[in-house]
Amino acid sequence: MFPIIDKEILSSTVSKFIVKAPFIARKRKPGNFVIIRVSETGERIPLTIVDGDTAAGTITLIVQGVGKTTKLLLSKDVGDEIVDLVGPLGNPTPIERHGKVACIGGGVGTAELFPITRALQEAGNTIYTIVGARTKDLVILEEEMRGCSDELYVTTDDGSYGRKGFVTDQLKELLDRPQGVDAVYAIGPLPMMKAVSLLTKKYDVKTIVSLNTIMVDGTGMCGGCRVTVNKEMKFACVDGPEFDAHTVDFDELMMRNRTYVDMEKAADHDCRRLNVELQGGVNNEVR
Amino acid sequence: MKYVNPRKPSERMKIPRQHALEQDAEERSKNFMEVSMGMTEDSAVIEATRCLECANPVCVEGCPVNIDIRGFIQLIMQEDYVGAANKIREANYLPSICGRVCPQESQCESVCTLGKKHPSVAIGKLERFVADYEIKHNLFVAPTISASLHQKAAVVGSGPAGLTCAAELAKRGYHVTIFEALHAVGGVLRYGIPEFRLPRYILDLETERIKALGVEIATNFVIGRTATIDELFDEMGFSAVFVATGAGTPIFMGIPGENYSGVYSANEFLTRINLMKAHQFPEFDTPIKVGKSVAVIGGGNTAMDAVRTAKRIGAKKAYLVYRRSKEEMPAREEEIHHAEEEGIIFMLLTNPIRIIDDGNNWVKGIECQKMTLGEPDESGRRKPIPIPGSEYVIPVQTVIEAIGQRPNPIIQSTTPGLETTKRGTVTIGKMQETSREGVFAGGDVTRGGATVILAMRDGKIAADAIHTYLSSKRNGHSPAAKA
Ligand SMILES: Cc1cc2nc3c(=O)[nH]c(=O)nc-3n(C[C@H](O)[C@H](O)[C@H](O)COP(=O)(O)OP(=O)(O)OC[C@H]3O[C@@H](n4cnc5c(N)ncnc54)[C@H](O)[C@@H]3O)c2cc1C
Ligand SMILES: Cc1cc2nc3c(=O)[nH]c(=O)nc-3n(C[C@H](O)[C@H](O)[C@H](O)COP(=O)(O)OP(=O)(O)OC[C@H]3O[C@@H](n4cnc5c(N)ncnc54)[C@H](O)[C@@H]3O)c2cc1C
Ligand code: SF4
Ligand code: SF4
Ligand code: FES
Repeated sequence: MFPIIDKEILSSTVSKFIVKAPFIARKRKPGNFVIIRVSETGERIPLTIVDGDTAAGTITLIVQGVGKTTKLLLSKDVGDEIVDLVGPLGNPTPIERHGKVACIGGGVGTAELFPITRALQEAGNTIYTIVGARTKDLVILEEEMRGCSDELYVTTDDGSYGRKGFVTDQLKELLDRPQGVDAVYAIGPLPMMKAVSLLTKKYDVKTIVSLNTIMVDGTGMCGGCRVTVNKEMKFACVDGPEFDAHTVDFDELMMRNRTYVDMEKAADHDCRRLNVELQGGVNNEVR
Repeated sequence: MKYVNPRKPSERMKIPRQHALEQDAEERSKNFMEVSMGMTEDSAVIEATRCLECANPVCVEGCPVNIDIRGFIQLIMQEDYVGAANKIREANYLPSICGRVCPQESQCESVCTLGKKHPSVAIGKLERFVADYEIKHNLFVAPTISASLHQKAAVVGSGPAGLTCAAELAKRGYHVTIFEALHAVGGVLRYGIPEFRLPRYILDLETERIKALGVEIATNFVIGRTATIDELFDEMGFSAVFVATGAGTPIFMGIPGENYSGVYSANEFLTRINLMKAHQFPEFDTPIKVGKSVAVIGGGNTAMDAVRTAKRIGAKKAYLVYRRSKEEMPAREEEIHHAEEEGIIFMLLTNPIRIIDDGNNWVKGIECQKMTLGEPDESGRRKPIPIPGSEYVIPVQTVIEAIGQRPNPIIQSTTPGLETTKRGTVTIGKMQETSREGVFAGGDVTRGGATVILAMRDGKIAADAIHTYLSSKRNGHSPAAKA
């Protein structure tokens, strides 16, 4: 069992948890994730390790309620325990010195991007961060991201905060500046990552994305997380989750991620009592 | 007291082979209860008296762990079932499991002397009978554990190889911890082999018995990720490690359409059901989708389990697509027979070449090619050759690939100096020792996909080897520093 030590509500659908997991805290690196099961009848789902404290033996998870499991987790509080938690899984992000790096986070993807951005800055890169969200209330970790960025931009779809528009509008401006951008990291909903990828391809700028596939074991045993990268079959949990965006078949992955949508909607109905606001219906690609 | 079989050998041969009771095929193809209900006590005793008590019991040679088969069968004749179970346990710690899943027809029973002219003795079913008897009447007596030797051994993976090794080491007085990546214990016995062949209460009970020997089990712990093998030695105080991580990575055929929704590896399909209970959705949160028609590709035990499971969770038509003929199928005879009884449709000499979708990325069918058998290939089996122009489509909404598995590379890639073969299996010597000092390996991670009993055999040999190794360390013959 993995006790929840602290909880902080970041927005109406996103909360941050500090969980006791000493072994994982020791080993985790930016880009790693864990697989958790919240109850004895629960599903196994992947969540990024956003931060960790080796001395305290804790890790930080930031979760957005999109379906049954994530909402059940949101209903948990300090003193509750997570039944199963395993990791750190996946390949850590290779932290290189690229020069000028644009880090783009969409929705809860910003949380996943935070440890990578911090590591990239520590490695001597100049960081231009773009935090995107649908609306003001969903902008998370703005201060944390500012702390590890040289320039920070916020965009909201509805213009309720920061610049009105998509992250790609802001990114295009950065790419068009004379100093340009040497590399791009983008984590967020699949349509966002796809749009970023299409844009940066035109500029021939190296772009890394972290793929949110459906997972079961997270250790290479089921193949449920398979994606087509460079026309080859890859398992996101062991070969990724990060890949070169320009080689990823996003359309196929978006279709695959819809496999269980109808069943998940049905399961989610039982969850309404958890009193967590469903934002804009069950959004397949939100994470 | 020496017991004498009341029947003369000539009489014994006239007794027909006794059978286990089985659930009706129609009925069982809708439930997950065990297919075989085992032998009754009466049948077991009669079956035992069929044994010729050979002076040279060749059956023992046929068993990979050399169980004293003649000996335990004699004890059944004497109605000393607990004695029989303990006799088996001298060589195999988990008779309730082997009696159920061992391919006895190609091992002990295939060489049985009686089997030359008559049906062989039902050794597997007798083995299961005594194990079940002991459970049912609560007669199991835990083995004595030797005094603590104050040395720690780590076992990686809780499949049959790991469980066996852990039990054998614990009995000798070692402090054993099993590290398991998943949240539940048992390896393939848990996530692969379905309940209708191996009920979970058996697995849970055997796990509890092993824990009662003092073995600690750390689930949710991936060696190579949560801690490396080097850390087990350097930081966690273990003096020997047994790697029994199995061959869990699924192989895909590489045909077009494999990423459509509705295509599963057998591993994913079986894991969703056996480990996650997806067939009980929404009571359990993990979803699964199976169409009215399902095609499973392959001819081994895994394919057989997947196709029979698909039928049980609602497929009206469950096809087994295999490119050779029935004779070449690697699955156990009993399972093929059971599958046929349950109405599985066998599409033999049929090779899938493409998966077709419905325009919405969902599987709609599988295009196949008819095959004919040519000359034997390297494996000695006749090679299937496509018949030109024989392509046709089987309409299905679910495709499950069960064409093979290979070892998961996590440990191999995080353990410097651990030698592997081209196929990704860990290289070992006669005593299961690897190229790294103090590290031993066995089961599917060294063999590729094999069998439960061979995994147990490896676990047992490794326990002997680890005992020898740790004894020499204890006695001051400090072996050369490890790499
Ligand atoms: C490597 C990785 C890291 C992740 N890190 C985080 C994180 O730090 N914080 C966070 O909130 N979420 C993260 N996710 C996404 C998270 O795993 C999913 O939101 C979660 O599995 C949904 O489960 P559920 O039962 O709540 O919803 P479900 O009812 O299972 O699904 C709700 C909706 O989400 C879609 N969905 C299902 N699985 C996923 C998935 N794996 N990714 C995206 N959408 C999915 C479904 O199609 C459905 O439309 C990560 C995913 C991956 C692969
Ligand atoms: C569906 C199916 C049906 C089968 N039917 C039969 C049958 O009827 N009869 C028969 O004899 N054989 C059968 N087999 C084969 C048999 O199950 C295997 O040969 C046997 O289980 C191998 O045992 P093992 O202990 O080597 O590994 P496994 O049983 O594979 O167990 C390995 C364990 O190690 C864990 N693990 C992996 N990596 C790590 C890591 N890095 N850290 C920690 N833990 C890790 C895994 O999660 C798993 O629990 C079947 C196989 C399958 C898949
Ligand atoms: S373990 Fe298998 S091979 Fe050995 S006696 Fe039992 S059924 Fe036969
Ligand atoms: S070979 Fe057959 S008949 Fe002979 S001892 Fe073994 S089981 Fe009995
Ligand atoms: S999640 Fe099972 S192989 Fe990646």
